[in-house]
Amino acid sequence: MNHRLELKNVSKSFGEVQALTKINFHLGRNEIVGLLGDNGAGKSTLIKIMTGYHQPSSGEILFNGKNIANLTVSKARQLGVETVYQERALAELQTLWRNIFLGRELKNQWGLLDVNRMKQETYRLMNQSMGFTSSAVNPNSHVGSFSGGERQGVAIVRALYFDAEIIILDEPTMGLSLKETAKLVNFVRGIKEAGKSAIFIDHNVIHVYNVADRIVVIDRGSIAGEFLTKDITLDTLMEKMIRVAESGKLE
Amino acid sequence: MSTQTKESSSPTLQPYKETFSLGRFVRTNGGQLGIIGVFIGLWIIFIVSAPDTFLSSRIYFAFMSTIPFFAIMAIPLTMVVIAGEMDLSFPSIMGMGMVAFSFVYERTVNIDSVTTRVVLAFIAALISGSLIGWLNGVIIVRFGIPSLVATIGTQFFWRGAVLVLTEGRNYTLSYIKETFLYPVLVGKIGGYFPMQMVWLIVIAIFGWILLNRHQFGAHVYLIGDNVQSAQLMGINTGGVRIKVFMLLGLISAFAGVLYSFHIAYFWPSLGEGYLLNTLASVFLGGTSVFGGVGTILGTFLGAFIIGAIEAATVATGLTGFWTQLIYGLIIVLSVIMHTYLRKRAG
Ligand SMILES: Nc1ncnc2c1ncn2[C@@H]1O[C@H](COP(=O)(O)OP(=O)(O)O)[C@@H](O)[C@H]1O
Ligand SMILES: [Mg+2]
Repeated sequence: MNHRLELKNVSKSFGEVQALTKINFHLGRNEIVGLLGDNGAGKSTLIKIMTGYHQPSSGEILFNGKNIANLTVSKARQLGVETVYQERALAELQTLWRNIFLGRELKNQWGLLDVNRMKQETYRLMNQSMGFTSSAVNPNSHVGSFSGGERQGVAIVRALYFDAEIIILDEPTMGLSLKETAKLVNFVRGIKEAGKSAIFIDHNVIHVYNVADRIVVIDRGSIAGEFLTKDITLDTLMEKMIRVAESGKLE
Repeated sequence: MSTQTKESSSPTLQPYKETFSLGRFVRTNGGQLGIIGVFIGLWIIFIVSAPDTFLSSRIYFAFMSTIPFFAIMAIPLTMVVIAGEMDLSFPSIMGMGMVAFSFVYERTVNIDSVTTRVVLAFIAALISGSLIGWLNGVIIVRFGIPSLVATIGTQFFWRGAVLVLTEGRNYTLSYIKETFLYPVLVGKIGGYFPMQMVWLIVIAIFGWILLNRHQFGAHVYLIGDNVQSAQLMGINTGGVRIKVFMLLGLISAFAGVLYSFHIAYFWPSLGEGYLLNTLASVFLGGTSVFGGVGTILGTFLGAFIIGAIEAATVATGLTGFWTQLIYGLIIVLSVIMHTYLRKRAG
């Protein structure tokens, strides 16, 4: 069976900076892949190629076995990719409902917005998924006034709202409280149960180990190695990560 | 999706009702309330200091006759500024639109009907305005040049083009008075209500819908707020920015036609003198210089304040020398007010 998503020999450079070198990567059906690697290893660049934000300097991107030339963000979203970016990609001066539907507004054939439905959906998501209790938070409140955790919640719920097949989470637990983090980890498990696929990037090796089926380690723009979580203990994984950080080699 | 329905704690969630809270209303609409306050405050000052002028209807019909020429451009300019961009070239586009108009009229002598020629000329003006706006957008987006700088350049270029193409000549447009376009564009309903005011209202309503109830406007706000977020979420930021410049180009050419019809004359200097009024209307109306924030209502009121100041300074017995000083004072104070209100809103 075809992979949900596959990268073949993907390289990316930003002028002089070679961010990724000949990456071969795949994401299976109903698989959660964890990406680990030091700051600046190239994790965010890699997922931004999958979301169509960056164009690879060379290499191929395949969705369900089909080569997609000139992938754009809107094409990737149509193909079922939703992303929680490390930057969160929010518009702070705008209202919550506009942020939830950013770039995917509910509209009729003339492009006129269905404002009421977007507010209703936002309200439902807020209460059922985000667990926002603060009275200051409603569909009309401005995201700039939210706490860090609340902003994160907006970015996460937005990615989950659209019925995505592939959910990419780039450092989603950064800045979250313990309780919020636990909730997020449950979310990611829910993605698995719902039969979807996900890519999960986190600094915390334990979180990644707890939710991922497979872990891919990236170092200085190349894939240093990969393991199935069921074949490795958390302790061994930690040791290997330290070794990569020190020597650039897994073994 | 299923990951969420599992989470649902209250399956019988009531639909969302917007409850009214005065505090929240004031906080979220502070900018618009501020400009309404300034508008009414100044109006009272005008009435008190020059009751003869400001209590008669004559001055209001005069305002409705002259303010729309720049106010209609302030509507799309508001969108440009909300998108985080700037345009200084629209006064020259007014001129270029009328160059296209005059040239098409002059070169269609073989057509008998004056009306047909004027309609063709009118369409040519609108098309050339859109094209120049599009070109502004392309220069800014494709070459990544800051719009302030790019449009300083195109402002000079197109004014120069107007002068070169007309060789500095003036054109009398008395022939337009025989066509239906004359009463439709600048006639007076019932002999006193100016049609340009009707056009301003139409463009303002259309602009409001586009900005607040259409996907295009949603993207304009998002781009001005955080262009990287907009890009990450798949908005064609370049395309939207090109379109706002095109829209301003189109409306500027239209404004140029309106004004030239009004005086039945085309001067190559057409548009000079509208730059600051139009910009001031937008900023006075509470549109943020930093992008992402702004309203059509604010701009609309801002334009009338700007338009009234000149008449008011003269009517209150001050010399015309005071006009600019008062302009400047009101603009600086209102921009400070808007910035302060925005900080408080968080
Ligand atoms: N837009 C960009 N322009 C130039 N260099 C970039 C850009 N994005 C990332 N880089 C560089 O690419 C490398 C990988 O960055 P990134 O993918 O963000 O790493 P990670 O997410 O693993 O911390 C870094 O050296 C970073 O400086
Ligand atoms: Mg990163």
